[in-house]
Amino acid sequence: MRYRLLILVLISVALGGCSEGILDPKGPIASAERLILLNALGIMLAIVIPTILATLAVAFWFRSSNLRASYRPDFIYSGRLELLVWSIPAMTVLLVGGVAWVGAHDLDGRKPIESTAKPVAIQVVSLDWKWLFIYPEQGIATVNKLVVPVGTPISFELTSSTVMNSFFVPQLGGQIYTMSGMVTRLQLQADHPGTYPGLSAMFSGDGFADMRFTVDAVSDGRFAQWVRETHDTGPVLDARSYADLAKPSKAIAPYTFREVAADLFSGIVNTASATDNPSQSICSTSQRAER
Amino acid sequence: MNLLGKLDWNAVPLHEPIIMGATAGMVLIVVVVLGFITMKGAWLYLWREWITSVDHKRIGVMYIVLALVMMLRGFSDAIMMRAQQAVAAGGAQGYLPPEHFDQIFSAHGTIMIFFMAMPFVVGVMNFAVPLQLGIRDVAFPTLNSVSFWLTASGALLINVSLAIGEFSKAGWTGYAPLSELQFSPGVGVDYYLWSLQISGLGTLLAGINFVTTILKMRAPGMGYMRMPVFCWTALATNLLIVAAFPILTAALAMLLLDRYLGFHFFTLSGQGNQMLYANLFWVWGHPEVYILILPAFGIFSEVIATFSGKPLFGYRSMVAATMAICVLSFLVWLHHFFTMGASANVNGFFGVMTMIIAVPTGVKVFNWLFTMYGGRVRFSVPVLWSVGFMLTFVIGGMTGVLMAVPPADFQLHNSVFLIAHFHNVIIGGVVFGLMAGYNYWFPKAFGFKLDERWGKASFWCWFTGFYLAFMPLYLLGLMGMTRRMQHYDDLTWQPWLLVAMLGTVIILAGIACQVVQLVVSIRNRDKLRVGSDPWDARTLEWATASPPPAWNFAVQPRVSGIDALWSSKQRVLATKGESSPGRAYEPIEMPKNSATGFVTAFFAVVIGFAMIWHIWWMAGLGVCGAFVTLLALAFRRHAEFEVPAEQIARFERAHQAGVAA
Repeated sequence: MRYRLLILVLISVALGGCSEGILDPKGPIASAERLILLNALGIMLAIVIPTILATLAVAFWFRSSNLRASYRPDFIYSGRLELLVWSIPAMTVLLVGGVAWVGAHDLDGRKPIESTAKPVAIQVVSLDWKWLFIYPEQGIATVNKLVVPVGTPISFELTSSTVMNSFFVPQLGGQIYTMSGMVTRLQLQADHPGTYPGLSAMFSGDGFADMRFTVDAVSDGRFAQWVRETHDTGPVLDARSYADLAKPSKAIAPYTFREVAADLFSGIVNTASATDNPSQSICSTSQRAER
Repeated sequence: MNLLGKLDWNAVPLHEPIIMGATAGMVLIVVVVLGFITMKGAWLYLWREWITSVDHKRIGVMYIVLALVMMLRGFSDAIMMRAQQAVAAGGAQGYLPPEHFDQIFSAHGTIMIFFMAMPFVVGVMNFAVPLQLGIRDVAFPTLNSVSFWLTASGALLINVSLAIGEFSKAGWTGYAPLSELQFSPGVGVDYYLWSLQISGLGTLLAGINFVTTILKMRAPGMGYMRMPVFCWTALATNLLIVAAFPILTAALAMLLLDRYLGFHFFTLSGQGNQMLYANLFWVWGHPEVYILILPAFGIFSEVIATFSGKPLFGYRSMVAATMAICVLSFLVWLHHFFTMGASANVNGFFGVMTMIIAVPTGVKVFNWLFTMYGGRVRFSVPVLWSVGFMLTFVIGGMTGVLMAVPPADFQLHNSVFLIAHFHNVIIGGVVFGLMAGYNYWFPKAFGFKLDERWGKASFWCWFTGFYLAFMPLYLLGLMGMTRRMQHYDDLTWQPWLLVAMLGTVIILAGIACQVVQLVVSIRNRDKLRVGSDPWDARTLEWATASPPPAWNFAVQPRVSGIDALWSSKQRVLATKGESSPGRAYEPIEMPKNSATGFVTAFFAVVIGFAMIWHIWWMAGLGVCGAFVTLLALAFRRHAEFEVPAEQIARFERAHQAGVAA
């Protein structure tokens, strides 16, 4: 009993008291993922709670000091019960398995979000220990700060300049790994203006705890204005300043680049996989994660 | 050329007060223990009766002692992490800098999985399986001793890393490329790799030994469908060990080649593939989870049946479920990285497979429930652990299936929700099971029961402590807290982490109760002394004396059904207990003690230490030494000795007299 109470208390606190996290989604992907999470949880609680209660009841009633309980030492097999015992978890798994299969396809990181708005492309590079965000269409870049228009799908291409990391904005949707020499993809969208925390969810070394960023979801007008302002100030991101940026550093305050060298991102992806042996063919590696 | 490779005085972290304090404590304990042994003049006894023993019961006990000691070490890491996260909120950095915190969580995971849970599981199997099968020893007794000492070597190396050098900062999974030379140039990862390689070899040898034992050496009449369920789970576990551990050894060997000889298996440069490491690691890693939990399932099956005074409900179902889990456990590994970017079909397949494995597990829970149904459940300590397990494990299983849904995992992966989940199944499943087994088989091993009151106190502390320590982590995971954070900004997390800290302290109280339980029981052993069958049990290990003689059974038992002891007890009741006082015994051939295990392990430590510090000549010496040890074993003339029939008869008469009295 106390466990059910405990779970209920925890869930209600989590649902009611959280100002952030995955139970307070701000976009369609995160909402869909929360719905799947709660559906799967609900299906399973329907079987888990009775099991817990039955365990307590049976253990209590058949205690050896209870003289009213019948002793049936020959109750060791029942075909009907066996059938029931195998079919209850099987049915549950059938339901949850359906949720999993459909969900895996619906929320695949490659699948574009259906929308009338044209998606904004953002290229993400994880570095030791900060995030670089390149806006290829706008020709600007930011460090440890994302600004995105509300109500517009964001199409991410991600890679790493160093070890594996995981790009994660809990309130906008699930994460994806960033890996050197490879490109992974993720689609997110913010439906409400606001500032949401983002982080790396894959341990990457000493500066890992500070590898955080913020996502500012703003209106289309504000976004356009921000792009214009960013064009006016800050350094230029080219191969040389990128080499500086790529050196390990911790807890970097966000800043922006007014201009980005074209194909910097594909350069990062390709050089990462071919540093030692330039004579080797490098064409296939960038596609590996996608096969 | 430096004769000591990379080793110099800088390797000892003299400037780190916390590490030096821990080292001093560890050295002090070792000195006290060694001093105590010397004072008691017990060296010769230890050497003859334990260190060189090839008796499966003794080796089992040594495995469990190793596991309990390493649990203390792993738990100190745990409590340090909890304390760090309880204070390092907002701008605060806590008392552990990242490079130290990273070593602690890596050491905690490595130690708890490889040097606490594994030795405990192997130790319990060592002790109980041959007795349950009604045989005198495992198939290869000397190899068994080698297995144990290799495991102990790995544990020793990991503890040496505290004082000399550093431990890995790449997590217990050692994901490449973080664990490659480029990002982890120190000796930490080498300590991790060599201690796992050495102990992994020991585990593989133990697996081969047990598969052979169970398949080839059962008592006459014990067909497969008459084996106790614990033996079935042990068979499944050892099959998994034999199939899975070579994969880990190969993956770690590739990483070693990368680090030592400039190979490019998982490096960023030279077309290395980091995804390969994750795949290989978890192709071993997921079966490993079942290597740990299946024997625990077996223990619960024995305990619940015994203390309910009933045979296990649905024996055949249980066997089928065990073997189904054994096979399915190889088809789910990708659920450890749904977020690596595999296609929806791949993620969907592994998600569904993961859920399917929950079906046989669910069947087991229901069968335990029906075993209690219609029974007379005596709430002794092993039963408390078992019922506590059933309640806790279903929650852990549920959150596991939850994370097997790929979109849910996108949100929960690597969060502290995951941490809560696997501690929920490993503490609530494996540890609770091992504690049940420890309390259940202790009287068989030593001839006296463990104190019930302290045992119950320990259970309740562990149980409540577990819930307080890990339920908040589920919640924090939902709030977006990720694992392995040395500090964090979000102040709303802190109250929950304080609750978790409190839970850990309560678990500490539980561990303290266990230590007290052991001490009190040893002190009152004369009052707690029991006969061969203190729990009114069902299987063959309870048919022989407690503690059993080296030869286990004076006369090889003949088995005519499931629950061999129970049915023979029923028969004796029916025939009004006709015993055979004047029966003739035959001499028994037993394996001789052997120092091979200990000496091999000594050289394994030499090799490991030398390789870690690049002291090549020493590694060469170690290899030569190990090889010569092997030759010495191969060329020995007498591997066995005969226990004379009179000695057996004398023991049996004394035992019968004790039972009668």
